[in-house]
Amino acid sequence: MSRIGLFITCVNDALYPQTPKAVVAVLERLGYEVDFPRAQTCCGQMHANSGYRGDATRLAESFERVFGSYDAVVTPSGSCAAMARDQYPGLIGSDIGERVYELSEFLLDRAGVDDVGARFPHTVTYHPTCHGTRALGLGDKPLRLLRAVDGIELVELPEADQCCGFGGTFALKNADVSSAMLEDKCRNAAGTGAEYLAAADNSCLTHIGGGISRSGGPKPIHYAEILASTA
Amino acid sequence: MSTAFPQAAKVALGMPQLRSNLAHATGTIRAKRAKVAGELDDWEQLRSAAAAIKADVQRRMPELAVAFERNATEAGATVHWARDAAEANAIAARITREAGADEVVKVKSMATQEIELNEHFEAEGLAAWETDLAELIVQLAEDKPSHILVPAIHYNRTEIRDIFRNRMADAPKGLTDDPAALAEAARLHLRRRFLSAKVAVSGANFAVAETGSLVVVESEGNGRMCLTMPETLISVVGVEKLLPRFADLEVFMQLLPRSSTGERMNPYTSVWTGRAAGDGPKDVHIILLDNGRTEVLADEVGRQALSCIRCSACLNVCPVYERTGGHAYGHVYPGPIGAILAPQLEPGRHDDLPYASSLCGACYEVCPVKINIPEVLVHLRQQGPHQAGEKAAMGAAEAVMARPRLWRAALGAARFFSRPWRGRGFVRRLPWPGSKWTMSRDMPVPPKESFRDWWKERER
Ligand code: SF4
Repeated sequence: MSRIGLFITCVNDALYPQTPKAVVAVLERLGYEVDFPRAQTCCGQMHANSGYRGDATRLAESFERVFGSYDAVVTPSGSCAAMARDQYPGLIGSDIGERVYELSEFLLDRAGVDDVGARFPHTVTYHPTCHGTRALGLGDKPLRLLRAVDGIELVELPEADQCCGFGGTFALKNADVSSAMLEDKCRNAAGTGAEYLAAADNSCLTHIGGGISRSGGPKPIHYAEILASTA
Repeated sequence: MSTAFPQAAKVALGMPQLRSNLAHATGTIRAKRAKVAGELDDWEQLRSAAAAIKADVQRRMPELAVAFERNATEAGATVHWARDAAEANAIAARITREAGADEVVKVKSMATQEIELNEHFEAEGLAAWETDLAELIVQLAEDKPSHILVPAIHYNRTEIRDIFRNRMADAPKGLTDDPAALAEAARLHLRRRFLSAKVAVSGANFAVAETGSLVVVESEGNGRMCLTMPETLISVVGVEKLLPRFADLEVFMQLLPRSSTGERMNPYTSVWTGRAAGDGPKDVHIILLDNGRTEVLADEVGRQALSCIRCSACLNVCPVYERTGGHAYGHVYPGPIGAILAPQLEPGRHDDLPYASSLCGACYEVCPVKINIPEVLVHLRQQGPHQAGEKAAMGAAEAVMARPRLWRAALGAARFFSRPWRGRGFVRRLPWPGSKWTMSRDMPVPPKESFRDWWKERER
């Protein structure tokens, strides 16, 4: 049996325990045993993308130390997986990123399942987050998993491929542009009339959800939580 | 020094007409590009081929430049080398004077925008007339281009009609904002210029080393008029425009029109090799321009920016550009390509541009020469400089995150101190710098029980 490490990401560690719990639930339902190494913290993406290479290097090294011995690392974040895969080779000369899977990659490409036995009788619209979709090349993988969920009604999000405007520290450094992008995303999301807005990254969902919290619209949810649901 | 991007962007965001013009124009061209790029089964192979050719050019730049000079000279052109804008402008002005002219007609060219040739000519008492329709509009309005391909993208046709009415002396009476009427007015205006001009100034999309040929790709035919009618032709060409072989054009001529105007083929492609007896200009000059390019070449990550063929596809898909327009970038090259090119061409002057991106990657996805713009943006951010307060905060965050125990303690503290807000579930207003977040977004409150607590409990 291969060893699977769960990388919950710093954002979920701080704010969203329900997402990694959902990942554990889905993987265990499929018969996988998951390990949570407690020494994990952050992949270093914020530092790297904000220009702090030295800081990012140290965080990448610590990620490598914590997860180096696992056969597969599963994470509910497209951008953290992309960080490991795209940037670790240049940063710390490590190919550990090859073994870091965003949840949908693990389920579809490694476990070979698209129906994880979930039930979620609600209307859901899906936002394909940029790093997951473009940098990691997830394509419609999370959507394929969602389509197999029992009872779900998926509604298309207009201009779905447009960035929500989060972009890490971009949201603060260029707060006005970021907010203008957010406004359009929230309007499109609200226009779907869906109950939930799903995505593969809680950092983007913090931003979109923070906007929707003011302007109204679907409730943000990580798609792993939909996959975990059996309601 | 231009205004910092965030402030300039804020001003642009406050202009509803500008935003709707931009959203409409970029949206239309985006859809056209996606459609025609999607028609080619080998689109991805073409992109890879183009990237490989450009990488080869960057490796062999000096050799190719010398070969180009030799072949163009043999064909009757005079090749000049210009280290920077000042040298290029001085050469162009001297040739113009020697031709007995005090004005030139211009083919749309980014290189001459970059070196501010028009401004330089004006200062020397010479006139440079833009003949590309959109460049003409911008020139008449005494404005700056805001897009590489569609310099007047920030105007709609009503605004263009007003510019013509107020600033073009020979504008027909009762000019309407009908596109055909506007085009006809420009046509009549430009025709007089073409017929009287002795000297033309152009750029070039490609410079073929193997043959010494220059290539100009355009839509209107006004470029063709400039390239063929005047006696003297001066072309300002950045050294990165070199291609090794004539056959390489096959790749680029498929990629460029589809990526730029969203057309399968552009209406006018002019190729000339030195002088031709009895046809076209008698005196052909080529100014090979460095202007910071060899410096860029020295950076192995950053130099991919020199592969750019100025198609502007990255601008049209960029969510930041779409909302701010080109002027906010404070450089002739705006949008994603500007954000990686301007800071490299003029080190120290555009340090905020690499941050003018959410790193969404839409630019990389469409770039016909596969420039990994997000990679270069991050690379440039990592070169600094960094603001002291931010650097300290980032360092502190890293110090905590690199120590699991401290990290857990910090999360525990956050959960503890955020208790008062837990009932509500979010915070509406944070003090600076958090206020930058809460200006448009509520902030969620840390949960009562962390994943770690749950996991520990489960393991018992
Ligand atoms: S960077 Fe690429 S997409 Fe942008 S203008 Fe240049 S060639 Fe076109």
